[in-house]
Amino acid sequence: MWLSSLKNLVRSLAVLLVVTFATFSLMFGNAPGIAKAVLGLAATPEAVQGKVVELGLDRPLLVQYWSWATHAIQGDLGRSFYTGEPVSDALASRVPVTLALIVIALLLTAVLSVILGVTAAVRGGSVDRALQFVSVLGTAVPAFIVAIALVLVLAIRWPVFPATGYVSPDASLSGWAASLVLPVTALLIGSVASAAQQFRSAVLDTLGRDYVRTLRARGIDERYVVFRHVLRNSAAPGLTVLSLTMLGLLGGAVFIEQVFALPGMGQLANASAQINDVPMVMGTVLVTIVIVLVVNFLGDLAITIANPKARAR
Amino acid sequence: MTINPETVGPEAVGSAPAVQPVKRSVIGQLLRNPQGAACLAYLALVVLIAVSAPWLAPAGPNVTDLAATNAPPLTAGHPLGGDSAGRDILDRLIWGSRQTVVAVLVVVVVSVLLGVIAGLVAGFYRGRFELVASFVTDVIMSLPGIVLLIALYALTGPNIPAAMAVFGVLIAPTYYRLVRSIVLGVRNELYVDAARVVGLSDLRIVGRHVLWAVRAPVIIQSSFVMAAAIGIEAGVSFLGLGDPAGASWGIVLQTSFNAIYNNAWAVLWPALVISLTILTLVLLGNALSDVLQSSARSKLLSPRRRHALVAAADRAKKTAPVADSALVGSSDDVVLSVRDLRIGYPTAGGVDEVVHGVDLDVRRGEIHGLVGESGSGKSQIAFSTLGILPREALILGGHVLLDGEDLLADSRLMLAARGRRIGYIPQEPMSNLDPSFTIGAQLVYGLRATRPMSKGEARRRLVELLARVGITEPERVMRLYPHQISGGMAQRVLICGAVASDPDIIVADEPTTALDVTVQAEVLELLRELSRERGLAMILVTHNLGVVADLCDTVSVMKDGRIVERADVEAIFESPRQAYTQQLLSSSRRVELMEI
Amino acid sequence: MPTTERLLEVHDLVVRFPGRRGGSITVIDGVSFDLAAGETLSLVGESGSGKTTIGRAILGLAPVTDGSISFRGETISNVPRSRRRKLASDIQVVFQDPYSSLNPSMTVESILVEPLAAAGVEGGRARVRHLLDAVGLPAGAGQRYPREFSGGQRQRVAIARALALEPAVIVCDEPTSALDVTTQATVLSLFKDLQAATGVAYLFISHDLGVVNEISDRIAVLYQGRIAEIGEAHQVATRPRHEYTHRLQMAAPVADPRKQRERREQRLALLATGPHDPGIGPLARKGDT
Repeated sequence: MWLSSLKNLVRSLAVLLVVTFATFSLMFGNAPGIAKAVLGLAATPEAVQGKVVELGLDRPLLVQYWSWATHAIQGDLGRSFYTGEPVSDALASRVPVTLALIVIALLLTAVLSVILGVTAAVRGGSVDRALQFVSVLGTAVPAFIVAIALVLVLAIRWPVFPATGYVSPDASLSGWAASLVLPVTALLIGSVASAAQQFRSAVLDTLGRDYVRTLRARGIDERYVVFRHVLRNSAAPGLTVLSLTMLGLLGGAVFIEQVFALPGMGQLANASAQINDVPMVMGTVLVTIVIVLVVNFLGDLAITIANPKARAR
Repeated sequence: MTINPETVGPEAVGSAPAVQPVKRSVIGQLLRNPQGAACLAYLALVVLIAVSAPWLAPAGPNVTDLAATNAPPLTAGHPLGGDSAGRDILDRLIWGSRQTVVAVLVVVVVSVLLGVIAGLVAGFYRGRFELVASFVTDVIMSLPGIVLLIALYALTGPNIPAAMAVFGVLIAPTYYRLVRSIVLGVRNELYVDAARVVGLSDLRIVGRHVLWAVRAPVIIQSSFVMAAAIGIEAGVSFLGLGDPAGASWGIVLQTSFNAIYNNAWAVLWPALVISLTILTLVLLGNALSDVLQSSARSKLLSPRRRHALVAAADRAKKTAPVADSALVGSSDDVVLSVRDLRIGYPTAGGVDEVVHGVDLDVRRGEIHGLVGESGSGKSQIAFSTLGILPREALILGGHVLLDGEDLLADSRLMLAARGRRIGYIPQEPMSNLDPSFTIGAQLVYGLRATRPMSKGEARRRLVELLARVGITEPERVMRLYPHQISGGMAQRVLICGAVASDPDIIVADEPTTALDVTVQAEVLELLRELSRERGLAMILVTHNLGVVADLCDTVSVMKDGRIVERADVEAIFESPRQAYTQQLLSSSRRVELMEI
Repeated sequence: MPTTERLLEVHDLVVRFPGRRGGSITVIDGVSFDLAAGETLSLVGESGSGKTTIGRAILGLAPVTDGSISFRGETISNVPRSRRRKLASDIQVVFQDPYSSLNPSMTVESILVEPLAAAGVEGGRARVRHLLDAVGLPAGAGQRYPREFSGGQRQRVAIARALALEPAVIVCDEPTSALDVTTQATVLSLFKDLQAATGVAYLFISHDLGVVNEISDRIAVLYQGRIAEIGEAHQVATRPRHEYTHRLQMAAPVADPRKQRERREQRLALLATGPHDPGIGPLARKGDT
């Protein structure tokens, strides 16, 4: 079991290297373009060239990447091309916001979608059809549109929650909670719709297995069949669903932060990209992929622990 | 959250769908499905509008009219109102449809070409290409698409078609995984082996056998990919990464959102158009799935409908003749009695009856063979005595009397009897053990569910019983998981589980069919001994007349849902009365071994 | 009547597959036999005996690790794909599962035309009618899809496909194991009739000693990758020389209660004296071959 986890770790590191190198090359590759963006369109070719050298963009890509990577490990992600602010400082204030949003959404998604998915699979009939219907709607309407609708109804029409802005938990815990209600809800609707569907499929699949029928024939109460046996065997596909959900939430967060003006990573990445502030964007890419890899690694570890075939070796 | 095509759709979690022939044209079939037809109509409309934009809104999307700034809907000349720059919203949406159509086309073309071809090659040839492709796919799928699109904005600039091409690359892995898993499945099918032996070249095999299997799923997936493309395109524009001079639905939404306090209506139209189009594509995907594949849609009828069907079947009841009725009726000697049992399944046109009024008596300690070929209904009867028929099954009438009490009449009686007084031995040993629990855990739990006792007491009894059924080192086996024991051992474990709660009767559904013949002989011997020792009655469902001759005391022969002959075992074999029984016997004896 | 021409020669065949954690599993451990023109040789064994793998190796669907297989004197083991494809007109196959050995998206006619088209034979359609007739299927069957037929009828289609190129050898991999007992009888008759009409040789693989006895000229009994016994069918089935064959033979129940009781007693007496299975044994499930 430890061997496979080790292999997983190595693979994750390889993915990390490849992704960061690929994005780095694509972003930092267009040196004159970046310099021009920083200086403005009216810059002279000499000024552009000067800026290129100043920012170190004339060095070979591999050297640039190596320098960036070695600094990154030590926590130094470079500085903004515009403000000179250290990227890690900017991220330090942004990451907690995004994480708060995503983690809360993930936890709520997990709970709600398991309940909904299992109920739909076990009950069948009209409950199931209702879930299918709601799921289709939930997955079809993009998160940012749901967010806009929420803003319209619950922040403008009836000012229950703030339409924009983020309150730090240190300042006011209730304010913090209030500022997150609408954003989390907007994310939740799409992710629960999708995850509940997948849980339902996984549970239906397990319910159809021979051994479930045999367990019933043994005289075991239906409740225990579902809660002890079916859930246990649906755990592995369930964990996979949660990993996928996390990925979706990370993407959705970008839009949600835009709609609600939350000072998170996604909003930083978006704003920086539009002015070609490449080090900032690179920083957010790095943090994002680290989050994804950590979540996937933990998920795979949990699956391995839950799977007797892997454990018993 | 934007749609992830890998997670939307009926086959989201799990294996590749079953191969179904694509009979007639896809469009033709789709049009017959009302949901599909409506979706196609809407999408055709969108494409039509996109193509005819220059005629529908000849002034272009950027004409400003200061008087129309933030105009509400139904203002003169502006049916949907005006945005914060005084531009007509309807015109902008009309022109925006062009960008939507282009975006969708780019994404689909790029992703299908890359993903499907890579998936075909990887699945068919495997080897290094597959290793590399799978790694690349993992890399691509490890970042949320929007984050990568934002990052690559430096490269693409405010160029939506370029961004969509990138998105196409990012979404190609969904096709890759889908196609690869289907190809891997098809590769193992016997008809591909047959094609090899028949002399087809690899190219012909891929072209004829593999592509056919891939066609339907790829088409269905494409609908969801298109939905995702629209979502991403709108999202990217909404974030401000689109071309500000152009008119895309996302940009219209962005403009409207920025002025939301001044004109709430302006937000509604683009939001509606975007959502509706995505929804249509998702519904189209589901409709395509229904049309092209038999998907896992809920085939369950409502309880009301089920009652209606059962009542209708009741009215149409016919009595079934039984040859040589050796029925005794209820008496102290009879432990299980089936009377006039009728079982059916709902079909498009009503109910398909598979068991037509069956009567059966099993005395205490008697081993009763229920013999028939496939489709005779024997397993259905076995399942109905335990109440474990599939969900769709309808019990159309009849009684199952255990010691005089009708289990079918009262579900509480059935639940109380199941496992405790009626035991079950299934056919396939390995798939009938829960893979996530140890043998010991499963057995102890099952025993304690029917007979209240302490864990220690249950363990003790089970270890004894495991030894009795022929498992050496029972303590050690209790700690093992199902995948660590052989099929023969698994069947013994299942027998142990069925017998542990000391039932009065066991229902065994082809208990030795999946076993090697030498193991089969041992298991039959075991069943006989257990029956004699404990006075266990048994209903033994089987198609093998040798097994019947070896083990059974009485035999009922079934054909097409009816019992055609019933007698003691010696009478059945020596003087069968019915033609079908004779036919079964002669076919069986033909392939028997002569004496040594 | 079988002639003495040796069509197929298998010499010291060894087949190893890579195991799950490095190492390898030896499925066939030195098997030799030959098949003469027009005869039926059966390979009988339980799961894990390797019988199906031998069939697949002969068909080129499993790799040959050591030893050789030759057809009409020419080596056919581990030859390039192009050479293998030419063998299609000499060696054909009927598989066990009538449900997955026919592509569900093809009509019966296209299934039968496929081998002919692959070999470049003209006049496929006419030949199809002739083939359908030979296996007892109606002429209209060509336009229908496999799912419209029963298991026994599909197996007939598979047999027709095997016959299409008029091969000298047909490998039959448990062709009746998935069929009902009455259907099994008729399909076995079909096999015999076709052999009488065309002189084709069968390599018949099965786990059922009784079925094999009904149809074979010679029988080879396989146990854990080796031949335990090989000889004339009647002799192997009724007076086996090897203990394993004897056990196999005694274990299969017969459809006669009185006789079966006697056999049971004999079998128990035999087991009481000889060695018996260990409790936690390696006997694999049927179908694991």
